[in-house]
Amino acid sequence: MATATVPQIERENYLNKEYGIGSWLLTTDHKRIALLYLISITFFFFIGGFYALLIRLELLTPAGDLVQADTYNKIFTMHGQVMVFFFLIPSIPAVLGNFLIPIMVGAKDLAFPRINLLSWYIYIVAGILMMHCMLTGGVDTGWTFYTPFSTAFSNTKVIEAGLAIFVSGFSSILTGLNFVVTIHRMRAPGMTWSRLPLFVWSHYATSIIQILGTPVIAITLVLVVAERALHLGIFDPRLGGDPLLFQHLFWFYSHPAVYIMILPSMGVVSEIIPCFSRKRIFGYSFVALSSIAIAVFGFLVWAHHMFVAGISVYAALVFSILSYAVAVPSAVKVFNWTATLYKGSIHYDAPMLYAFGFVGLFTIGGLTGLFLSALGIDMHVHDTYFVIAHFHYIMVGGALMGYLGGMHFWWPKISGKLYPEGWARLAALVVFLGFNLTFFPQFILGYLGMPRRYHQYPPEFQVLNVLSTAGASVLAVGYLMPMIYFLWSMRYGKPAPNNPWNAAGLEWTIQSPPTTFNFPEQPVVTWEAYNYDEIDTGHKQEVQVAG
Amino acid sequence: MPDSTAAVSTSAHDDVHSPALLHHFATPEQQRNSASFGMWIFLGTEVMFFGGLFCAYLIYRRWYFADFAAASASIDVKMGAINTAVLICSSLTVVLAIWGAELRNRALMIGMLLLTMLFGLTFLGIKGIEYKQKFDEHHVPGASFNFEHEEVPSQPGHYANAYHAQIFFALYFIMTGLHALHMVVGLGIFTWLLIMAWKGRFTPEYHTPLEIGGLYWHFVDIVWIYLFPLLYLIDRHK
Amino acid sequence: MSVHAKSNPLKAYIFVWIALLVGTFLTYRVALIDLGPFNPVIALAIATTKALLVALFFMHLRHANERLLKLVVISTIFFLGILLFLTLTDYVSRPWTITSLAWFM
Repeated sequence: MATATVPQIERENYLNKEYGIGSWLLTTDHKRIALLYLISITFFFFIGGFYALLIRLELLTPAGDLVQADTYNKIFTMHGQVMVFFFLIPSIPAVLGNFLIPIMVGAKDLAFPRINLLSWYIYIVAGILMMHCMLTGGVDTGWTFYTPFSTAFSNTKVIEAGLAIFVSGFSSILTGLNFVVTIHRMRAPGMTWSRLPLFVWSHYATSIIQILGTPVIAITLVLVVAERALHLGIFDPRLGGDPLLFQHLFWFYSHPAVYIMILPSMGVVSEIIPCFSRKRIFGYSFVALSSIAIAVFGFLVWAHHMFVAGISVYAALVFSILSYAVAVPSAVKVFNWTATLYKGSIHYDAPMLYAFGFVGLFTIGGLTGLFLSALGIDMHVHDTYFVIAHFHYIMVGGALMGYLGGMHFWWPKISGKLYPEGWARLAALVVFLGFNLTFFPQFILGYLGMPRRYHQYPPEFQVLNVLSTAGASVLAVGYLMPMIYFLWSMRYGKPAPNNPWNAAGLEWTIQSPPTTFNFPEQPVVTWEAYNYDEIDTGHKQEVQVAG
Repeated sequence: MPDSTAAVSTSAHDDVHSPALLHHFATPEQQRNSASFGMWIFLGTEVMFFGGLFCAYLIYRRWYFADFAAASASIDVKMGAINTAVLICSSLTVVLAIWGAELRNRALMIGMLLLTMLFGLTFLGIKGIEYKQKFDEHHVPGASFNFEHEEVPSQPGHYANAYHAQIFFALYFIMTGLHALHMVVGLGIFTWLLIMAWKGRFTPEYHTPLEIGGLYWHFVDIVWIYLFPLLYLIDRHK
Repeated sequence: MSVHAKSNPLKAYIFVWIALLVGTFLTYRVALIDLGPFNPVIALAIATTKALLVALFFMHLRHANERLLKLVVISTIFFLGILLFLTLTDYVSRPWTITSLAWFM
């Protein structure tokens, strides 16, 4: 039944099937592993957020009076490393992807459930290494580890941080591998590629990037660690090395990494917008293929991070042109989401508010990326707050809002409880306002010339910095609210029906929360994706049984 | 009504309840194809992993060709060639071991597995001798590195720049060292395969671990096939 | 692979094995001849042929059921190619000579 059914009390589901810490730490159920990840990445989000708080506190005043310069270097480095590698990259794939992909393709689990659990343990080991590194002095090289400072001059724990990120890369690779094999091999009968939810398509594209890109940063970190430990000269100009080679190898991964961070979020938005417009997505195949295009093109543009580093101007031209090209598939998605909204029956539930926020803020972030791709402009705004604002609009205004939207959208399915809608809408609004107050001034600051990674600045920049810090406080409140009411709902929330949103997709045909093996019988898919016209006119989205 | 914990495909397969079939797969074929696909993807990541080193090598070989040639001339090409042959033979024994499993020929399977491991150990032994040679000649990068007065092969009387040669040796040790590490892991994997084979776990219908272990081993062979000419044969004709 | 891969793979395996050994010997011998800029080209061509033989015959890529596995191999090589090629575009087009401080040391 596609409409809400009366929920029963204490049906067996994946949460109550077994109790005890062992049943969680040794689970191979993709849904439990998703929750393990949820707890871990939330923990690291707090750590990264704590560092952000310190940054914004220091920048309240023009003088460098809260911490010393060296300490400030460590603070923004740890903020970046934790947020990128231990929060953003795993977030949606490891939590929502792990939970939903097997269900969305009609399978009982991922292709390799034990490797899925191994992925989480590898992530935890990496996290412990990183925590130890932070607690014993941290790193001050910037999350970008540029040589020869990181290899020959920094007096901080570069090797340990490098090893931590190296290990975390394996977690990412194995997750991507698992997703690709699952999507190719475990689809239910009738679930053709063109009927897959776009959430699955975007995770497929993300997985391609994880598989092909992560090994390159892994070997780069090996080289950095080797150079630092053995005093080699691979990246040291005093010994014949080229620092730019490090940057080429580093950014070959780290640029596609930003697509790892945004593609899953785009997938979430592609699920939310059709549901809350009660319309099929406009241009399904364009949206699906644009994910693949982003993954492929994303590998061709890395040296736009190096325009002022000393690469040849001819190479810079090539990368500039390619960087413009990579914006096209992203724009295709924005156009298609907008066209989906057109003449739709819009509902302003919390997931939709986050999706709206995503579309607007990602567009701004993406457009400012085009500013940065222009060589002439980049000369002036590179290494300023303009760049910081640009990528925070995408990472926070985009990826993180998509993550929050997805968590709200699928929370009833994951927990079996409904979150309080009123509070959720308020929180979405608070996040949106807080975010813009934090980061819009930074565009202006950067354009006016305030450099990044400095803990002191000329007094004329103070007003904008104070606005930014004020916004950060509001943003923090906005983030705390869902954490509180999600936890609250687990105890006191209304039990959720199978399909509270009347949404399309296999995950809404099973109980909330699902059983351990997801489907009582193997589903056979006979309908197209996003068939909201059929759902809303009463054609039941019945799950047929195999055999 | 099918059992709710088993997804049974519509076509019956006589070994659908084979003990090796994991619960979330519908058929052994799906399981085998998934395992193989997964291993190929993993090998793809390994190609990119070594690829970064090949990129660094390419850049510096272009920049410092003369010094690289001098450094390359000082490593033992005969041992490199022998090692290449050893690995090629080990790849043959791997496919013969799998063939043995397909034919239910236990002696062939186990014998070839043992031979493979023997070849692998031989490779590592020869590598060890090479490394020792480099250590004795002070060609290991670090504090005791010395590459003075080494002539560039094509320019008699012209000496190689020691710093640039050190970059060659840094790449040499990292590339061959990483490769050797993969060999060691491969030997570990094959030890486990040997134990499974000894216990009779492999049949003509199910020998997937052998297949995917074999894929890994062949990949390690392929890496060496490229390392040999790139590291040992720069400008050898002088 | 299915149980009945091919009727007699042994001949193919031995043939490939011999080809690989011959290729190794050739690589070494050709390296001793001065072919100017073609030395690395030929060495890599032989290496690539050997790698293809191993992949197609020993790793059974030739008889792979779908094109999927071949797609994995081709995409991986393509992206490795991107890494090498686009990085090279920087290095070959730098108009300044190498500024390694090590030249003076």
